[in-house]
Amino acid sequence: MQKVILSGNEAIARGAYEAGVLVASAYPGTPSTEILENTTQYKEIDASWAPNEKVALEVGIGSCFGGARSLVTMKHVGVNVAADPLFTLSYTGVRGGLVLVVADDPELHSSQNEQDSRNYAKFSKVPMFEPADSQEALEFTKLGFDASEQFDTPIFLRSTTRISHSKSIVTLGDRKQDLPAPSLERNAAKLVMLPGNARKRHYDVEQRLLDMEDWACNQSFNRIEKGTGKVGVITAGVSYQYVKEVMPDADVLKIGLVYPLPKQMIRDFAANYETLYVVEELDPFIEEQVKAMGINVIGKEKISICGELTPGRLQQGLFDKAAPTEDNSPELPPRPPNMCPGCPHRGVFMELNRAKAYVTGDIGCYTLGFLPPLSAMDTCVCMGASIGNATGISKVLSEEDQRKVVAVIGDSTFLHTGINGLMDMVYNQSASTVIILDNRITAMTGRQENPTSGYMLNDLETYRIDMEQLCKVVGVKHVKILDPYDIKLTRKTIREEMARTETSVIITTRPCMLVPRDNMDKRMPLYVEHDKCTGCKACLRLGCPAITWDEENKKSNIDKIICVGCKVCQQTCGFDAFLECE
Amino acid sequence: MSDVKNILLAGVGGQGILLASEVLSEVMMMDGKDVKKNEIHGMSQRGGSVTSHVRYGEKVYSSIIPEGEVDILFSFELLETCRYLPLLRENGQVIVNNLKIAPPSVALGKQAYPENLTEEISKQFPATTVVNGLDLALEAGNPKTVNTVLLGALSIMLDVDYELWIKALNKMVPARLLDINLKAFELGRNAN
Repeated sequence: MQKVILSGNEAIARGAYEAGVLVASAYPGTPSTEILENTTQYKEIDASWAPNEKVALEVGIGSCFGGARSLVTMKHVGVNVAADPLFTLSYTGVRGGLVLVVADDPELHSSQNEQDSRNYAKFSKVPMFEPADSQEALEFTKLGFDASEQFDTPIFLRSTTRISHSKSIVTLGDRKQDLPAPSLERNAAKLVMLPGNARKRHYDVEQRLLDMEDWACNQSFNRIEKGTGKVGVITAGVSYQYVKEVMPDADVLKIGLVYPLPKQMIRDFAANYETLYVVEELDPFIEEQVKAMGINVIGKEKISICGELTPGRLQQGLFDKAAPTEDNSPELPPRPPNMCPGCPHRGVFMELNRAKAYVTGDIGCYTLGFLPPLSAMDTCVCMGASIGNATGISKVLSEEDQRKVVAVIGDSTFLHTGINGLMDMVYNQSASTVIILDNRITAMTGRQENPTSGYMLNDLETYRIDMEQLCKVVGVKHVKILDPYDIKLTRKTIREEMARTETSVIITTRPCMLVPRDNMDKRMPLYVEHDKCTGCKACLRLGCPAITWDEENKKSNIDKIICVGCKVCQQTCGFDAFLECE
Repeated sequence: MSDVKNILLAGVGGQGILLASEVLSEVMMMDGKDVKKNEIHGMSQRGGSVTSHVRYGEKVYSSIIPEGEVDILFSFELLETCRYLPLLRENGQVIVNNLKIAPPSVALGKQAYPENLTEEISKQFPATTVVNGLDLALEAGNPKTVNTVLLGALSIMLDVDYELWIKALNKMVPARLLDINLKAFELGRNAN
């Protein structure tokens, strides 16, 4: 058997391959993105990016109804978007197995909230597995497909950032070969969820959960590890690893299927201990259910609901033993992320700042426009929210203040759920301005293709949505296209469209700097001619990582190694001090 | 007492930290150890502070190094080294690249880059090795091989066969860059 080091995400992709999956669909989202990217190495799997998570799940449901094992992946907030099909899929059940991977982000490393997806398992009555390392990520994915077909249910596989992005050693297996071939098969009583049919299915759903609870009490994914017998711990997922680290002598009930819980197994285990802990990240999901069984446990009174766990934090919570943290003292300047040198978004945000716009923002690299010195974002709620938020706030403002409102959204986010907001904006006659930052890629999550990039996940060329035509056909009369490297034009256009009393859209068209095929022509880096630099600091308003202030000489400098020659800084300088290197 | 060894890599997004931790993990796996590594992708890649945890030994549970148990802080930038010093265990070792990268507040002239960091680090942790990574990478022929130079410097501190490092580099570095990286590795190995 071959052993390799895989991340949790790579292991899930491998598990899907070994389980015989034929179709995989997803919308990118940290920390889930690499799962689908890794399925592309297996030619047997038809893997594709959908414009949003709802469509991804609907594609997966379709192929599962056709009889194929289907994988759908998303980040935690993606399930909010996909919740509509999810809750009814729970009623229809499956034909080919369906596993929905949801990757949570405790600590909000790259997210707008810290929601605990285990609650979705209970809410939608969809069973959920939770692996604790890459080997389990692979095994539980395969197990998920088997259980999906055995119990006629979709299955959740829950990961977290520390599972998805940790690597550990995995033993590989072979792909399952004996699966039935997909075909058309009609079964209206099960697949047409009208009230008469769905009412009956609800009974099946409830019975299914009871059956799975009994089954789970006798499966090896729920296991007891004996210690010295003095204290007991119930735990699951990555928390298990921290328990083993911090409480090596404890008896541990490690739960692999976190919903439905193996209640009889928990009762039998709990009976042995006076002191019983539940160790879990985020919500008291297991704790509340165990307490509802009449069992006394120690959990969230000691371990925070907020943030992720670490060995040190667990130790601190349970034993009041303080753990050191990284040095956050003010003498050490912080190093937040920044837009890349040459990022086409930078000049747009500098101009929004100068125009004193009230910017309803959205989710993407450009959310970094919030940070100083650009400081040009006033709201950021969820994917696609910028446009609806602009419409709403404009409704309650004076005419003068209305003109300050600008929604800013990226191409991928616009197609994800922003387009509906634009329909509303036109339909209900809002005077707001929308800027679509079209860099032709889903950049923040690591540059994934989308319907505006002209390429698919498998790198093949495809139709590229014409953003200008799309906006016009929705009914926007004023659509301006501009190159955001042209600062004068960007400034003029933003100010004109802000003043307009009808819905208007500005589309900026520079591709992301990091996409090799779209990279601009080789340009020379710039340098600052110190004789001309007056030290006015106008260029520093860009916050470009390539420009640094020389305190000793009171001049700006350019780091030639990272400068890409976009020349936006040149246009901010009133003294012609920015020159091209020979 | 666990035999697990903990190496914390630190630096700035774009410095090649993730590749260095991949090579290190591969070497330890080839050496027959259990290995886990952990890092955060996403936001931090955009020029932010980046860390990667590598742990190896007989059996590794947590992929996050327990706070205060870092054996070696393997750092690509001076300021980032200081940020993570509190996570080292007593008598821990530091390998630090002698490089300053200005964070935004310094680049904007609002804050000064702290002075005398190498002295500060060596004072707190006498077992500190300072490597002039960029000079050696330029000597190897490519400024982007700093991460390999530093791996070379790290390799002499770890009890692993030299051949495994070469095998891992052969496996993980793109063929056209292999020779230059092997040279960088040797320069790092002989740096001090």
